[in-house]
Amino acid sequence: MCLAVPGKVVSLNDNGTGWVDYLGSQVLVNFSLLPGIKIGDWVIVHAGFAISRLDQKEARRTLKLFQELEKQS
Amino acid sequence: MPPSSANRSPFSDWRTRKTTNRLLQAIEAETRHLSASLKLMEVCGTHTMTLHRSGLKPLLREAGIEMISGPGCPVCITPDYYHEAMIDLLSSRDNILACTFGDMTRVPTRKGSLQTIVPKQGSQIKIVYSPEEAMEEARNHPEKEVIFFGAGFETTIPAITFTIKKACQERLKNYSLMAAFWLIPPALKAIVESRELAINGFIYPGHVSAIIGEKPYAFIAEEYHLPGAIAGFEPADVLLGVLSVVKQIRSGQPRVANEYQRVVQPEGNVQALALMDKYLTKEAAIWRGLGVIPDSGLRLKPEYSDFDATKRFSLQLQPHRVKKTACRCGEVLKGLVGPAGCPLFGRNCRPDSPQGPCMVSYEGACLIEYKFSGAKHHG
Ligand code: SF4
Repeated sequence: MCLAVPGKVVSLNDNGTGWVDYLGSQVLVNFSLLPGIKIGDWVIVHAGFAISRLDQKEARRTLKLFQELEKQS
Repeated sequence: MPPSSANRSPFSDWRTRKTTNRLLQAIEAETRHLSASLKLMEVCGTHTMTLHRSGLKPLLREAGIEMISGPGCPVCITPDYYHEAMIDLLSSRDNILACTFGDMTRVPTRKGSLQTIVPKQGSQIKIVYSPEEAMEEARNHPEKEVIFFGAGFETTIPAITFTIKKACQERLKNYSLMAAFWLIPPALKAIVESRELAINGFIYPGHVSAIIGEKPYAFIAEEYHLPGAIAGFEPADVLLGVLSVVKQIRSGQPRVANEYQRVVQPEGNVQALALMDKYLTKEAAIWRGLGVIPDSGLRLKPEYSDFDATKRFSLQLQPHRVKKTACRCGEVLKGLVGPAGCPLFGRNCRPDSPQGPCMVSYEGACLIEYKFSGAKHHG
C-alpha cells in the first residue's frame, strides 16, 4: 500500500491539483501536501497525492555512486 | 501519448546486474569478517516485493544476510473485527456507500469478505484508488452516507486526513471515515522489545519515511543500539541500505542512515505532519500478530467526531475471540515464520482462495512469496 511512483509534473491547475506524467500516461494528482510544486518537478505520488519531491541532484549523486561501483569491478 | 524518452524516469538504469553484483560484493566484503550471519528486517511490504522480484533474497543469503519481512502491510495487520464491523453495517443499514482500497475488500473473516457479502438494498461497497474519490461520491450522492474505510501507514494517512479537512471546509454532512491508521515506529519498538526475534538491524520503509523523516527511528539506535537505513525501492537502493547497516554493525556505531535522500528529507513532509497533528490523536492499537501497542494508532480528535464513522454509526471495534485457524499470518507479520512455514501455504491458501490477509494484499508476504517462489506448483 505504500507503493508510490515517481512522475513528472506537466501542468498545474489553480485548485491545488495538476497532471503528472508516468512514462507517457497522465494522471491527475493532488499537490496539497506538497506546496510550491513547479512544472517539470519530479514527484512521488501515492493514493492520488504527491507526497514528496524527487531531488534530481541527489538522484544523480546516487547514480554516479553506482557508476563508480561498476567501474571498480 | 507514447512513452517519451524525455520523461523516462532517471532511475530505470539502477537495475543493472552489474550494479547489484558490485553492491553484493561490497556487502560480502563486510560480512566476511563477521562470525555469524545477520538477520535484517525489511519493514515494508514494498521492499519485500523488490527483494523477491529481483531475486536478491537468495543472493543476500549467500552473502551472509537473512532478510526477514516485517509488519509493513496495512491490510495484513488490520484485525478482522474492523472488516466485520463494516460488514455488519453494510448488511443491516440502507443507503451506506462504503469506499475502500481494493485489497481491503478481499480479506476473509468469519463473516465473509466485503466482496462476498450481500449489502442491504441501497447499500454498497465501492473500490477507490484515492480517498478523494470517496469524497466525490459524498458530494454526488447527498442521500447516501459515504464512509471511507481506510487502512494505512504514515504514507497514506495524510492523503486520507486531507479529505477530512476538505469535508470540514465544505460542511459535507454525509462523509465519514473509518480509520485503521497504524504508526510504524511504535511497532518497531514492540518488535525489538518482544525479543522473540534477534534482529541485527532494520531497513526502514522509504515512503513512510518521506512523511515522518529520520528522527522517529533515532531511539532504535540510541536505546537499543540497533542500526538501520532508510532505503528506496530499486534493487540497488535496497542493497545500499543493507550495505549501510552492515557497515554500521562492523563499526559498532548504529545510527539512522538515509540512503533515499533523493526522496526523504531529514525532517519528512512538514505539511503532511502538521495535517496529521491537527486532526488526529494517538491511541493504543491492536495489530494482528503483534497485539496491543501503545501509541501506535491514530483516530480523529474528539472535535472532529462528526466525521468519525465509528462514532456516527456506533460501530463496535472490539476484538473477539477468534476461532483458531491454521493461518499463521500473525507470526508471519512478526517475522517468526516465513510463509512456507504455514501448513496452508500453496495448498488451501492461494491468491484465488486466500485464508488470511497476507495472501490477499499485494504487499502481503504470503502473496509475494507465492508469486515469486514458484509455489504455484506446490501442493
Ligand atoms: S499462507 Fe495463507 S493461511 Fe498461511 S499464513 Fe499466509 S495467509 Fe495465512
